Amino acid sequence: MYIKSVIAGAIASVGIAAAALAADVKVGFVYVGPVGDYGWTYEHDQGRLAVEKHFGDKVETVYQELVPEGADSERVMTQMALQGADLIFTTSFGYMEPTINVAEKFPNVKFEHATGYMRADNVSTYSARFYEGRAIQGHIAGKMTKTNKVGYIGSFPIPEVVRGINSAFIHARKVNPDVEFNIVWIYTWFDPAKEADAATALIEQGCDVVLQHTDSTAPQAAAEKAGGVITFGQASDMAMFKPTPRVSSIIDDWAPYYIARTQAVLDGTWTSTDTWDGIGPGMVGIGEITSAVPADVKAEALAMKDAIASGDYHPFTGPINKQDGSVWLAAGETADDGTLLGMNFYVEGIKGDVPQ
Amino acid sequence: MDFSSINPALLIASLMVSATPILLAAIGEAVVEKSGVLNLGVEGMMIVGAVVGFIIAVNTDAPLLGFICAAIVSGIFSMIFGILTQYLKSNQVATGLGLTLVGLGLSALLGRPYEGMKSPTLKALDIPFLGDIPVLGKMLFSHDLMIYFSVFIVAMVWWFLKFTHAGMVLRAVGENHDAAHALGYKVVRVRMLAIMFGGATSGLGGAYISLARVPQWTEGMTAGAGWIALAIVVFASWRPWRVLFGAYIFGGVTVLQLNLQAAGASIPVEYLSMSPYLITIVVLVIISSRGNQGAPASLGRPFHASS
Repeated sequence: MYIKSVIAGAIASVGIAAAALAADVKVGFVYVGPVGDYGWTYEHDQGRLAVEKHFGDKVETVYQELVPEGADSERVMTQMALQGADLIFTTSFGYMEPTINVAEKFPNVKFEHATGYMRADNVSTYSARFYEGRAIQGHIAGKMTKTNKVGYIGSFPIPEVVRGINSAFIHARKVNPDVEFNIVWIYTWFDPAKEADAATALIEQGCDVVLQHTDSTAPQAAAEKAGGVITFGQASDMAMFKPTPRVSSIIDDWAPYYIARTQAVLDGTWTSTDTWDGIGPGMVGIGEITSAVPADVKAEALAMKDAIASGDYHPFTGPINKQDGSVWLAAGETADDGTLLGMNFYVEGIKGDVPQ
Repeated sequence: MDFSSINPALLIASLMVSATPILLAAIGEAVVEKSGVLNLGVEGMMIVGAVVGFIIAVNTDAPLLGFICAAIVSGIFSMIFGILTQYLKSNQVATGLGLTLVGLGLSALLGRPYEGMKSPTLKALDIPFLGDIPVLGKMLFSHDLMIYFSVFIVAMVWWFLKFTHAGMVLRAVGENHDAAHALGYKVVRVRMLAIMFGGATSGLGGAYISLARVPQWTEGMTAGAGWIALAIVVFASWRPWRVLFGAYIFGGVTVLQLNLQAAGASIPVEYLSMSPYLITIVVLVIISSRGNQGAPASLGRPFHASS
């Protein structure tokens, strides 16, 4: 009996070793939402699938979805590292410190943390310049709102989200001096019921444009139910809500980055880097602007997209004042990345405070 | 700050929508716990109800049928817990947690083809006369059937526990299962029925999220509503009307805080965000601080007929 189980164990471990040998590189992905959220996590998983397709048998991928930010995520990352992952992508802001902690324990495993700012020899960071897409949304929102009230569903008051609010607001105000932003913070990335409630509250208070920085399509459904409200797809195209309420979208395209980084590990050329790409390199895409948007507004939005892509226009170009009226950017001056990455203030005209 | 944009009639209407899933789950769990069983699988039963209701409603285009199937399937699903804990004497806490995990996984599997689809939603009832009353009509008489049904269930549970013989047997089983057994009551059968009822109402609550409140299917969409329901049962001291009160307070403060944020209230957002949890607990604790807490004495204890 004992010998039998030893043999069985040996056979099993050989099998596992063979499986591990089959792929040259194992890549792990840690997701904050479900792969079927049709938003943030969905796009990361599309990137993972692209890696599988690109490398075929050379690369094996594993993923874990619905991983809460905090201590639980450390456990998941540790487990992936122990299972032999060579490269681990941790795809939410709240995984930042857990990623650093786990990376210390596994110096030979490469880590890539999305949207954070803490790096180490084996930890890279990467993010997309979502604010470039927000500028285009703000322009469309400012042009199309009839009530002059734009609702904004914020997740957590971190620089990435605050930056998006500022970018959208600046460009909405530019084309519509009467526009106001009503901002609601819900302190979660993914909770469809809460997101729907937030959208409903904004709509009931007269907002006829709802922007979201959360991961599910629930606000789109709430807007559709209410009628007469427009929204934008967030992180993913959310195309099932075309042509209204969803009139355009920001699409995150992680696939090229994930393929490049996996290739670097295969080649042994991986180093710790900091990547922050926007519309130009294709990390941020703008989803189809639907027929619900007047043709002239659509043309302006596309022109802005081209200007941002070519580098001719920076969404944070002065003159821009901070909320308290002090000068942030003088006329013609553009924001530097350091300020943008740590942005924790509203620009002039936004009401309310950034929760600290 | 301008609060004139907050319309009280719309607020109360939204409150009821927001509270109903939790109310349905909590009232079922209250009955389960009154019978002496602690089922921590509420979240799992809710999400199974959410996915089943959605699948049926999409395929048949009949949301009401979706609700009925959600209740039936979640009731059957809860029997896994019932058989394991009542007949095989497994640990209730561990089994309940297991039920939640199974429910989350199973619903993700079943729901995968339905992600991103839209469901037919329940139409608001067109109540003649009552619905035409200004303000009050919008507030109370413009809802869909399930909202009224949830209140009806609360009333029925109250009446059942307080005035019927069967309700007293259920309470006796929950207070002292040995004595109830000695009197000849079928402890296990009573508990199985209670668990099934809890499963069915949790399923309705879940389906209300996927068919009315959101309405769409997304994996993991109950997002902790089942745990809130469990907490409300305890803080409401296992009393049906307090469960309703607790659920409405929670739903109400949730909706109110979002509205206050949207209206630009100068209260720090952190306090607003925690307020639904805080206020619900404080209010229910104050109500319950007087007199008997009402925890069923046999709650969570395994029953062996031989002892």
